[in-house]
Amino acid sequence: MGAAAAIGQREHPVEVVDLVTHYGPRMILKGVTMDVREGEIMVVMGGSGSGKSTLLRYLLGLERATSGTIRVLGQDLGGLSHREITDLRKKMGVAFQGGALFSSMTVGENIMLPLYEHTDLDRSTMEIMARIKLEVVDLAGFEHLMPAELSGGMIKRAAFARAVIMDPRILFCDEPSAGLDPVVSSALDDLILRLRDAMGMSIVVVTHELESAFKIADRVTVLDHGRILFIGTVDELREQDNARIQNLLNRRAQPEIIDGDEYLRRLTGENMDEGTIQ
Amino acid sequence: MPAVDRRPPFHRFADKVGRATIAGIEEVGSGGVLVTQSLFWLLFGPQRRQPVRMAAVFVQMMEIGIYAIPIIGVLAATIGVMLAIQGIHALKIFGAESQVVFGIALSITREFAPLITGILVAGRSGSALAARIGTMKINQEIDALSVMGIEPVRYLVAPALFAALVMVPTLTVFSDLVALYAAGLYVGFDLGLSMAAYVDQVIDVLSVDDVMHGLGKSAIFAVLIAIIGVVNGASVTGGAEGVGKVTTRAVVQSIAAIVVTDMVFAFVVTR
Repeated sequence: MGAAAAIGQREHPVEVVDLVTHYGPRMILKGVTMDVREGEIMVVMGGSGSGKSTLLRYLLGLERATSGTIRVLGQDLGGLSHREITDLRKKMGVAFQGGALFSSMTVGENIMLPLYEHTDLDRSTMEIMARIKLEVVDLAGFEHLMPAELSGGMIKRAAFARAVIMDPRILFCDEPSAGLDPVVSSALDDLILRLRDAMGMSIVVVTHELESAFKIADRVTVLDHGRILFIGTVDELREQDNARIQNLLNRRAQPEIIDGDEYLRRLTGENMDEGTIQ
Repeated sequence: MPAVDRRPPFHRFADKVGRATIAGIEEVGSGGVLVTQSLFWLLFGPQRRQPVRMAAVFVQMMEIGIYAIPIIGVLAATIGVMLAIQGIHALKIFGAESQVVFGIALSITREFAPLITGILVAGRSGSALAARIGTMKINQEIDALSVMGIEPVRYLVAPALFAALVMVPTLTVFSDLVALYAAGLYVGFDLGLSMAAYVDQVIDVLSVDDVMHGLGKSAIFAVLIAIIGVVNGASVTGGAEGVGKVTTRAVVQSIAAIVVTDMVFAFVVTR
């Protein structure tokens, strides 16, 4: 328990302080500091290669950071044992970009899997709970189908049902609108809002879809080349006059700014970022 | 833009050899870790409220063992008859064809039955395991297991390893029986030896050690097939094409490992 909790203040469900990560020799996240408050929907935005999906993997504890701290539900991910991180993950839900449903199981079995693995409930109770979650995501009656028999939007809904089957305190969503038409995408946004309102959980959504972000976000974090460019509400974001934020909001391509030496290095194939071969 | 490599050719060659060696050592290390972790979950999973599910083990047993019975039966019978034909042909030169049962019984139980069973299981189940794990990795299903608090090694690897350890030796016993029976039919047809007399000779020739020699090898083959399949599947990159590559790689590596291990085992145990 942290000092904040000790004096009666409730910690934020997610707190990231000065997070630095590497992929091989390349630095991906360059000192990211952010938090997610209780019951809020935090949208993490940024262009391709900005580091938003990387940030999500670190928040989920799938990778170990080079430096900095990540606290999820009050626990420092860097200091947790395997057993502790497994216990923590039971309080987290994740909806992956492609759904990540297990293709050898029916929709119902996919949704019941966390219950089957982590509880002693009998099968009929698990089936009832799965049906309730399927109703929440408007997929009632689909529990007997295989994932291959569902459309893209339905797969994402089923993934949401599985993500919330254990009633998590925090839900992470990776690109929920990716690959969907605007109508289905908008319906998924409504679902995210409904889940938050019904279950009171904090939700972190990683996306590059502006309309979706503006519709659901309580606050927005904008990442750019591994650094935080902005954290605030949607209204505050719209008022920003930073050129890179304006480019993102107006869907303008970012001009690639490199100095002369870097340009020459690239021309001769000696890219310092990827290690020069002598 | 890709970096231009200006080093002399020998340096580039040495660099490639060094990287490939390190990658190979890493893969062997990963395999060792997977075996250790699988044993851990098999033994201590129940205490940590994460048992290896018997339902998953039975599914794997069906895939690795039961569904392989028809093809293994056909190949074992073919190998038995082939050994009888070649044995009789070779021994006829010395007028000793009546001794063919010695060669058949020993070579089937000690060598051919475990080898052909291992190669077939590698082709059927090692490839299937690599493809399954590879596809799951690409579809983020492995990550999904992790974030649900379900240990992927416990959920995916341990059942496959345990099932292989049970089923490959069992299939080897089946291969022994089918190959010996088929060889007996041919010996009866060619030399006029009755099946009862043939069985008597086989029982006289074989010792428990001979059978255990074959079964011991098949247990090692089982571990190799399962772990090589998983290590290759887990190393997949690049979508569906990557899955195809690791699947092929898993089969080639498994068969190579089986043949080399067979030779080493025979050298160590027989001499």
